[in-house]
Amino acid sequence: MLITILVSAGVVAAVGLILGALIGFTAKKFEVQTDPKIEAVQELLPGANCGGCGYAGCADFASAIVTKGADPSGCSACSDAMLAKIAEVTGKAAGKKEKMTAVVFCSGSFSRSARAADYNGILDCRSASIVAGGGGKACRFGCLGYGSCARACPFGAIEIRDGLAVVHPELCRACGKCVNVCPRKLIRLVPASAPIHVYCNSLEKPAKRRKFCKNPCLACKKCIRTDENHMQMQAGLVRVNYSNPPEASFVEQVKCPTGALQVEEIHRKIAALKPVEPAPKAAPAPKKEESK
Amino acid sequence: MDTNEILVLTVGAILVNNVVLSRILGICPFLGVSKRIETALGMSGAVIFVMTLASFVTALFNRFLVTQTFTINGTEVDLSFTRILLFIVVIAALVQIVEILLKKFSPSLYVSLGIYLPLITTNCAVLGAAELNADASRGLISSTVFGFSTGVGFGLALLLFASIRERLAIARIPKAMEGTAIALVTAGILAMAFMGFSGLVK
Repeated sequence: MLITILVSAGVVAAVGLILGALIGFTAKKFEVQTDPKIEAVQELLPGANCGGCGYAGCADFASAIVTKGADPSGCSACSDAMLAKIAEVTGKAAGKKEKMTAVVFCSGSFSRSARAADYNGILDCRSASIVAGGGGKACRFGCLGYGSCARACPFGAIEIRDGLAVVHPELCRACGKCVNVCPRKLIRLVPASAPIHVYCNSLEKPAKRRKFCKNPCLACKKCIRTDENHMQMQAGLVRVNYSNPPEASFVEQVKCPTGALQVEEIHRKIAALKPVEPAPKAAPAPKKEESK
Repeated sequence: MDTNEILVLTVGAILVNNVVLSRILGICPFLGVSKRIETALGMSGAVIFVMTLASFVTALFNRFLVTQTFTINGTEVDLSFTRILLFIVVIAALVQIVEILLKKFSPSLYVSLGIYLPLITTNCAVLGAAELNADASRGLISSTVFGFSTGVGFGLALLLFASIRERLAIARIPKAMEGTAIALVTAGILAMAFMGFSGLVK
């Protein structure tokens, strides 16, 4: 009995020893040299694997920074302090980058836009956009409000407020995932320093824009006439000139007739509110929101 | 070993006695990495690879160490009770060594198998295949064939389950049934479906 115990213990120990030695031997013999800098850089990257840099995740980007000399500022999610630390590790100065943020160019929340249909399908913008009626809202260009962008965002920076996607710039790291996922192509990355935006993407006839939405841009160009250095036409849409964005007070100066030109913070707040004033006569009141 | 025997072994391991759905082994990765078909394929590849190798090596150990009786000082020593212990140690070490070698000689395969390779080191399905081989006292070749087909069976079950779960992710499911609950119900129904194969091979 004792012999059995001793022999089996000995055999198991011997097998363990041999295998351990074998692992140690192979690990030494076939060791792959990796640059310790790669790991150090990877530690400093945000690790969200958002893909905004164009590489397959943070590990891939870290090795590209060290071995191929990629610019760390390609990471839009990195803070400047982190970039400086990475530059310390690699010994190369990181390029400067402007902080960008995503903007959803629409102000048509459920209570602010007219509805053309009921949508009962999968609650995702990409499936809503391919059926007739396009997800319920009458406007063919506006936000569908089913939150595909919010689900795509790795940083939780997009919120759906009353059927309208709004970006929280303080959370947004400008990785661009939402830009690709939006079937209506409503989202753009713009410099975060711009405080105001034109929240409309509609290319309908102006009369229809009025009919479908409470805050459409009618392309009256009042803002462009006020200061054409700050505002410009882009592919039929009025947009802030992002290479020279105006101050927030520009909104009061212009007095946009529809309110499509709006300060970002105020836009975020009113997206959640129901409109108080009755609809003007030219625009029939939007239909009541159907309960979901 | 003739073709007929190989066929019976293969069909038996893949369909009739499917390692996940009939033997209920390897449930952890079955539930864990079946949310997307892509990851399920990666996992299946790693499992097939490891199971085939492990079956071969453990069959070697079984033949030349575990089933042998040694006579020391006139006492017979039977080592068969150390089987599980030896097998799991051997499998774990084997996977480690293979991982190091892959990293050196085939970085692309290493990257594509990725995290799944070390993850299944101590997977019960891998040990299960080795144990089933030892129980049935199969030879080297038939053990390896059995290990490979068990891996394929695991892959098949994982792939079926993952494709169902991808559909379930966008289906309207009662709130209380979302997530793991519906996954377990689905796994149960899938296992019942695989009962239809029973009797195909003795």
